Amino acid sequence: MIRLLPILALSAGLSAAHAQELDPAAVQVLAGPCASCHGPDGRSPGAIPSIAGLPEADAVARMLAFRDGTDPAATIMSRLMKGYDEAEIRALARWFAEIAQ
Amino acid sequence: MKATRRDVLLAMGAGVGALALPRVGRAQGAAHVVVIGGGFGGATAARYLRRLNPDLRITLVEPNERFATCPFSNLYLGGLREWDSITHGYDDLRAAGVDVIHARAEDVDTTARTVTLSGGSRLDWDRLVLSPGIDFRWGELAGYDEAAVELAPHAWKAGPQTQLLRSQLEAMEDGGSFVMVVPQGAFRCPPGPYERASMVAHYFRTHKPRSKVIILDSQDRFSKQPLFQQGWQALYGDMIEWVSQTDDGLVVEVDAAAREAVTAFGTRHKADVLNVIPPQKAGLIAERAGVTDDTGWVPVVADSFESARVPGVYVLGDATIAAPMPKSGFCANAQGKVAAAAITADLAGREPPPASFANTCYSLIGPGYGISVAGVYRAEDGKVVEVPDSGGVSPLEAGPEFRRAEAEYGAGWYAAICADIWGTA
Repeated sequence: MIRLLPILALSAGLSAAHAQELDPAAVQVLAGPCASCHGPDGRSPGAIPSIAGLPEADAVARMLAFRDGTDPAATIMSRLMKGYDEAEIRALARWFAEIAQ
Repeated sequence: MKATRRDVLLAMGAGVGALALPRVGRAQGAAHVVVIGGGFGGATAARYLRRLNPDLRITLVEPNERFATCPFSNLYLGGLREWDSITHGYDDLRAAGVDVIHARAEDVDTTARTVTLSGGSRLDWDRLVLSPGIDFRWGELAGYDEAAVELAPHAWKAGPQTQLLRSQLEAMEDGGSFVMVVPQGAFRCPPGPYERASMVAHYFRTHKPRSKVIILDSQDRFSKQPLFQQGWQALYGDMIEWVSQTDDGLVVEVDAAAREAVTAFGTRHKADVLNVIPPQKAGLIAERAGVTDDTGWVPVVADSFESARVPGVYVLGDATIAAPMPKSGFCANAQGKVAAAAITADLAGREPPPASFANTCYSLIGPGYGISVAGVYRAEDGKVVEVPDSGGVSPLEAGPEFRRAEAEYGAGWYAAICADIWGTA
């Protein structure tokens, strides 16, 4: 329950209708290209950070910062995240948060 | 490479068993998906089909026991990678439950739903995935035929050709010239020729500093051009000369024995090492399957990467018409996952989930100097569209730390995608 609190808090600003559109099969497809750099299921074997098991709220904040161009360490993520809306970013954060590190 | 006896027996066993059942009977049991091509598209589709469908029968047909990747083959040419580090086997896919047959797919019958393999054995399929890569349009570039490739290698399919080009570079005297011919029409890996020029220049600078790199181009612009030219200037001075189409870069004839390339205006460029990248089309098996159109490439429905011409046949990667997605290994990998999800939904009688793709192409200009291009794509009315305002290239004004990070991330990408596909880092 403690783990769910940030999800509820972060989801507050989100239209419920849009959130419901993202069924697991759709999120799995959205998450597909993430593995191509961050490794299978987000577990990286190389220089790119792993994203499996990242706390959901942290991942949302980081992805939004990438998208908005406010992350000073960004290279390619700022260009990639501009291709995803906020509901998708939240769904991706939840998807990888639920995978064990 | 020939199929082993065991592979053929396995293939025949599978074929005979499936043939004995009527079509409906086949579909009611565990469905069988045959994947042709064990590269970035096909091996991804096989792995993700397995993950999504524990009961599905999946057979991957790939001639090579180890697959050499085009990505990072330029780093091998530049002396920055060992050959073994860019080849990948199939043990991990087998362990995951994919039947891997090392044979060549010779023919496809999309009515009877069979594939004929080298050696004559046959596989039945309920769904077919083709990820055949490219083949060359022999005869379009005068003088460049299948014998000429031994003298003036293309090295545009990673393998013995890449090793031949490397050995020619090693044998070349200092002060020589490496001449590369860039083809007309769509070709695999749009930034590839320019990364190759960079890596050859790196090798020359460190081993043969009086040598030259000359790119004879059929185009007036190229992928990540300002970034490449900035990097070339910074790292190699005037070692690399790019000749645009307008400046008489278009090569119309090759004399492989003399190592000469002749341009449209009749200029003869004499090379010490001549690298001819020929005009391209979809891999031949796509033609045999009847999925190509008169461009020589394969039209697909973007939502699933199912052939626009033959239902039940899915086509991935460089062979497809997927613009604005480029012909890249990353794109083939992304398409393989979308197709795996679509096939899974189709077999279960569900609508496929909405397609979503991305691409990232890193190019290495020198050690510690990387650049990238990225894009995010969706399906709209059956076509691939780029998400507005997404993607783009590395900033031109970025400093050395940024270039160093992108060089490291390029290596990280290669490790990650190989783990994702072949289970090998």
